Amino acid sequence: MENNLVLQMKNIKKSFDDNEVLKGISFEVEKGEVVSIIGPSGSGKSTLLRCATLLEKIDDGMIQYEDVVVANTEEGGKPVYLPKKEITHVKSYFGLVFQQFNLFPHFSVLKNVMHAPINVQKRDKAEVEKEARELLEKMGLADKADAYPCQLSGGQQQRVAIARALALNPDILFFDEPTSALDPELTGEVLKIIRQLAEEKMTMVIVTHEMSFARGVSNRVIFMDGGYIIEEGDPEEVFGNPTQERTKQFLKNYQQ
Amino acid sequence: MSLWTMVIKMATGLERTCAIFFLTVLFSLPLGMIVALLRMSKNKVVSGVTRFVISVLRGTPLMLQLLAVTYGPYYLFGLTVSKNKLIPVVIAFSINYAAYFAEIYRGGIESIAKGQYEAAEVLGYSKTQTFIRIILPQVIKRIMPSVTNEVVTLVKDTSMAFTVSYQEMFTIGKEIANSQTSFMPFIVAGVFYFVFNAIVDFAMGKVEKKLNYYQ
Repeated sequence: MENNLVLQMKNIKKSFDDNEVLKGISFEVEKGEVVSIIGPSGSGKSTLLRCATLLEKIDDGMIQYEDVVVANTEEGGKPVYLPKKEITHVKSYFGLVFQQFNLFPHFSVLKNVMHAPINVQKRDKAEVEKEARELLEKMGLADKADAYPCQLSGGQQQRVAIARALALNPDILFFDEPTSALDPELTGEVLKIIRQLAEEKMTMVIVTHEMSFARGVSNRVIFMDGGYIIEEGDPEEVFGNPTQERTKQFLKNYQQ
Repeated sequence: MSLWTMVIKMATGLERTCAIFFLTVLFSLPLGMIVALLRMSKNKVVSGVTRFVISVLRGTPLMLQLLAVTYGPYYLFGLTVSKNKLIPVVIAFSINYAAYFAEIYRGGIESIAKGQYEAAEVLGYSKTQTFIRIILPQVIKRIMPSVTNEVVTLVKDTSMAFTVSYQEMFTIGKEIANSQTSFMPFIVAGVFYFVFNAIVDFAMGKVEKKLNYYQ
């Protein structure tokens, strides 16, 4: 890597039918950085993550992971994505943690974590199992290895989902409202894990409605509204002294 | 004719009843999956044609389909009707049941949450891997009760082979009933089917229980 950028997105546009959700978003993530994306519902945060994780195809713009350009728009044309085979390789750069966990219900906890490294990355089973057990230990779930997702609380399921994403050794981890489906108590245990990862300098992009968490954990905060990035910067500045009227308005609703 | 002779005579047809049953299960289950995948094809022509074929197979009597497959080749192409009627009977049953299984599979596949596909996609699974390793095992568990339903119906439907005079248990029973002017063979047949289905129920119950390791 010539520079320290893990992800670059430039001028990303995305519409669903006539509804333009992203109207030209550019942002970069440096290695070791924790970026929080906040904003009202429908502002395009989740769509941005879905574009970054290649679940949605962009209509215009450029996506680059490290030194690999994944998608790019030639002048006046449609964006061109890498061929399928290389896309599979690109997917090993990132992981995604969903709001609804999306664990595989027919796999045990351990198998949920081990299955992709063995079957997608074709790694050695014994080695993967050792790492998977260490990851579960770190998530405080060592004793749940043989349980099935349906036997776990939401917070535990989300921690398994984080372990599953980490098992592929991604360079960057995306979180799409990771605690929105959890009650406050379970939210705490998931946020604790994310904080711990931040301390270990894991590169992360977190879409969240947990404002105090975003303020505490991030190096940078991005405020999105209406498909644009309205404001971005140091969390203390964005939260403590926002410059844009829209940001002030939005944050006011969160100050009690 | 004593009841015992009747039972023995009809039991000789059980082998053929079982042949129809097991061969139909063997062929229609995988065939149904192919039909389901064609039905869900993104190609509108493929899915439309498949949809039409399914609706014909489900919308016309199985008895008619049995006659069509057995005697159709003779009327259409002048081919001789094969002596071994098992072949056309199994073909007709397999195609008919595949249509029903296809719709069960489709329902099962479409009931799996989109998040499962997305999780697999982000983790780097190929489309085939996703279907075989992630989706299909969940589908099988979900559709087991409906499949059991169809299989139980199939046991009873084998009796329809009498329309093409295939000498399975019910056909033999019907012949005895005619020659002896007795209702007894039908009662015997009823008991046979009931016991057969009790075994099927038990076996499918075991399978369902085995798949119950998660909710």
